[in-house]
Amino acid sequence: MKVTIDGIEIDVPKGTTILQAARMIGPEVAPPTMCYYSKLKTSGGYCRTCIVKVTQGSSANPNPMPKPVASCRTEVMDGMVVENVTNPDILEARKGVVEFLLINHPLDCPVCDQAGECKLQDLGYEHGSAKTRFEFKRREYEMIDIGDKIKLHMNRCILCYRCVKTAEQFTDGRVHGVVHRGDAAEISTYIEKFITNDFSGNVIDVCPVGALTDKTFRFKQRVWFTKPMDAHRDCPTCSGKVRLWLKGEDVARVTSRKDQWDEVKDTDDGKPGFICNSCRYDHKKKSDWVIEGPTHIDRHSVISQGHYEHLNELKTKILKQQKALGFIPFDKRP
Amino acid sequence: MGKKLLIHNDHIPNIHTLAVYKENGGYASVEKALKHMTPDQVTDEVKKSGLRGRGGAGFPTGLKWSFLAKPEGVPRYLVCNADESEPGTFKDRYLMEKIPHALIEGMITSSYALGAARSYIYIRGEYFYVARILETAIEEAYAAGFLGKNILGTNYSLELSVQVGGGAYICGEETALLESLEGKRGNPRIKPPFPAVAGLWGCPTVVNNVETIAAVCPIVMMGGEEYAKIGIGKSTGTKLISASGHINKPGVYEIELGVPVEEFIYSEEYCGGIRNGKKLKAVVAGGSSVPILPTELILKTAKGEPRLMTYESLADGGFQTGTMLGSGGFIVMDEDTSIVKNLFTFARFYHHESCGQCSPCREGTGWMEKILKKFLNGTATESDVELLWDIQSKIEGKTICPLGEAAAWPVAAAIRHFKHEFIEIAKSKKFVDVSHYNRLNKASV
Ligand SMILES: Cc1cc2nc3c(=O)[nH]c(=O)nc-3n(C[C@H](O)[C@H](O)[C@H](O)COP(=O)(O)O)c2cc1C
Ligand code: SF4
Ligand code: SF4
Ligand code: FES
Repeated sequence: MKVTIDGIEIDVPKGTTILQAARMIGPEVAPPTMCYYSKLKTSGGYCRTCIVKVTQGSSANPNPMPKPVASCRTEVMDGMVVENVTNPDILEARKGVVEFLLINHPLDCPVCDQAGECKLQDLGYEHGSAKTRFEFKRREYEMIDIGDKIKLHMNRCILCYRCVKTAEQFTDGRVHGVVHRGDAAEISTYIEKFITNDFSGNVIDVCPVGALTDKTFRFKQRVWFTKPMDAHRDCPTCSGKVRLWLKGEDVARVTSRKDQWDEVKDTDDGKPGFICNSCRYDHKKKSDWVIEGPTHIDRHSVISQGHYEHLNELKTKILKQQKALGFIPFDKRP
Repeated sequence: MGKKLLIHNDHIPNIHTLAVYKENGGYASVEKALKHMTPDQVTDEVKKSGLRGRGGAGFPTGLKWSFLAKPEGVPRYLVCNADESEPGTFKDRYLMEKIPHALIEGMITSSYALGAARSYIYIRGEYFYVARILETAIEEAYAAGFLGKNILGTNYSLELSVQVGGGAYICGEETALLESLEGKRGNPRIKPPFPAVAGLWGCPTVVNNVETIAAVCPIVMMGGEEYAKIGIGKSTGTKLISASGHINKPGVYEIELGVPVEEFIYSEEYCGGIRNGKKLKAVVAGGSSVPILPTELILKTAKGEPRLMTYESLADGGFQTGTMLGSGGFIVMDEDTSIVKNLFTFARFYHHESCGQCSPCREGTGWMEKILKKFLNGTATESDVELLWDIQSKIEGKTICPLGEAAAWPVAAAIRHFKHEFIEIAKSKKFVDVSHYNRLNKASV
């Protein structure tokens, strides 16, 4: 099937969504996503950040679609023509969505654990306005422990449903979900239940904002001061392939590995990359792990600050240059 | 007197009982359809009748039925939408309460046409007592052989039951209704797939409004072509209108589609004119979600012709000059009505009822309500009108289900036609007491 997105044509198999097609073309035309998560079935459709304009439905029916569509849940038709960044109305509508998402979201990035990894922060930066038009009191909730290792700060939740779907699809017996409706809706556990099962920690990894945080990591570090390293161990429960966030020799945090779209990356042999709680919480010594090397971090991410993926190469290169110049290091000087 | 097909017998004592209903010609359509017509023939008559869904959107019923997927060995369902939560709309309640067998008869005939062996009436929680009335009527129908195995000795069998919902407006949206019927949270589903392909428990399903289903009985009896002769153009048949507001005779009226709006408001047969001899100011013609129109536009179309009670005439000129027939909730406002205060009530409702799945509706509805509250508090400025306009435009068309539009359209229309009132209030800084709303719903204001 042929589909054209922002003037770029691509051939995709039947059943591909507009978003998937756009991602195949590349980040320049891929709409932002806050609720869609390719590793979770039936995710997407809620946040409306990925809306695009379909200016031609298909070759058979060239009529435009009357309303913007959620690209993450709309399948392409042969001959479809889609506008994303090239359509000013869509950019304006997206600005509106960002404004809606932010009216009740505290801008407490300086104290939020998700800072640096937050998709809403990126979205706001790329599509938002500098000034808010919302002058009312924001929603406020008490922070709650929804598991012995997980803290929920509802103030920051954008109701993307990702954690609910993760719990439903990757853990036994989901005990949390959405209660109430409208802007009073909240993520909550069923009465006095705790999220404790083996894979529960993954809800933290899928949360696009700082609503669900790892209690063992909270306030310990800013991510950009840590060094993410890919590592693995022989784990009987999951693939054991993780990312270690090192501060010096200490393991500050263990998470799953993420892909280009900031989603949990499948393992090389195609298995889901979600990790078990034992890997996440019980193995906090560097010696528990086989370190594979520095994680690749996209330059646009703040985490890339102070993170030198090719540090060793760099060091060797510099030493070679110094040698060629006859340079003597300080500690070697007479 | 206009023709009545649905509530023509509502004055007969005990018409809610099967015996009296039958004596007055009830269940004849079941006899006719099941014994003398094939399911396809029934569907054909509905198609010929031009009947349009009475739930609000006005989609042709016969066409909707023809979309129903019919894979072998997979059950299909007919679900009656008796949620009726649109403010201003109370016609389905009247029909079910007064003449419950009219709906049950329609359910049997329609289920037969669709090949459904199990059907449901999903009714809103607040109509609990109506559910009881329906349940009693269903029991009577089972006992008389109109429901259950081999109805009237034919090969057709049908199980029918009533399901009471939790009392949420969103559960009237057809896919949220199906979720709720399945025992889940009433969140609208993302379409496609449409219910005709994957509805209740993933099976092909038709969801129709109470009045739509009841209208199938006269269509089967008189034939689709005869039915189509009533009304005007593509607005065929009769329609129940629930009239409320500042009129002398609020109530449920059955009209032949095509009655002039002016006649509907002022004639003794219908609303009987404006209360206390006041002047008409505005009308919300099809339930609170449709755009409000000021007097000059509700009585005359953009072309200056008399506005008629039809889908087309009410929509004439798009939303710049027109509105929608919607669910037939006809709310009349006299000259003393504050449009802004009225709009606040609507906004408060849609905010309270948003399911919260999509960001524009979840966050935007509450924001609009808060801004409208400023007008009533005497703290609004003129720029708040622009802000309201902008917010509604960013909700409209950008949500999963039409509740987003239902929240945005009234705001847009009120600003479009009554902007001066917003400005006046903003300038006057007058305080309007709406504290009673806070008691009703602390969380939302
Ligand atoms: C928020 C919302 C609430 C609705 N509430 C009702 C309702 O209470 N009753 C109803 O019949 N249709 C309601 N509808 C329309 C239904 O989704 C659906 O279109 C209708 O039941 C189809 O029946 P019809 O084809 O017979 O009109 C609602 C739609 C929306 C978006
Ligand atoms: S807690 Fe996080 S993952 Fe869960 S719904 Fe809220 S924002 Fe989404
Ligand atoms: S438009 Fe409102 S009610 Fe409809 S799905 Fe979205 S949040 Fe829910
Ligand atoms: S990412 Fe598509 S609607 Fe949220």
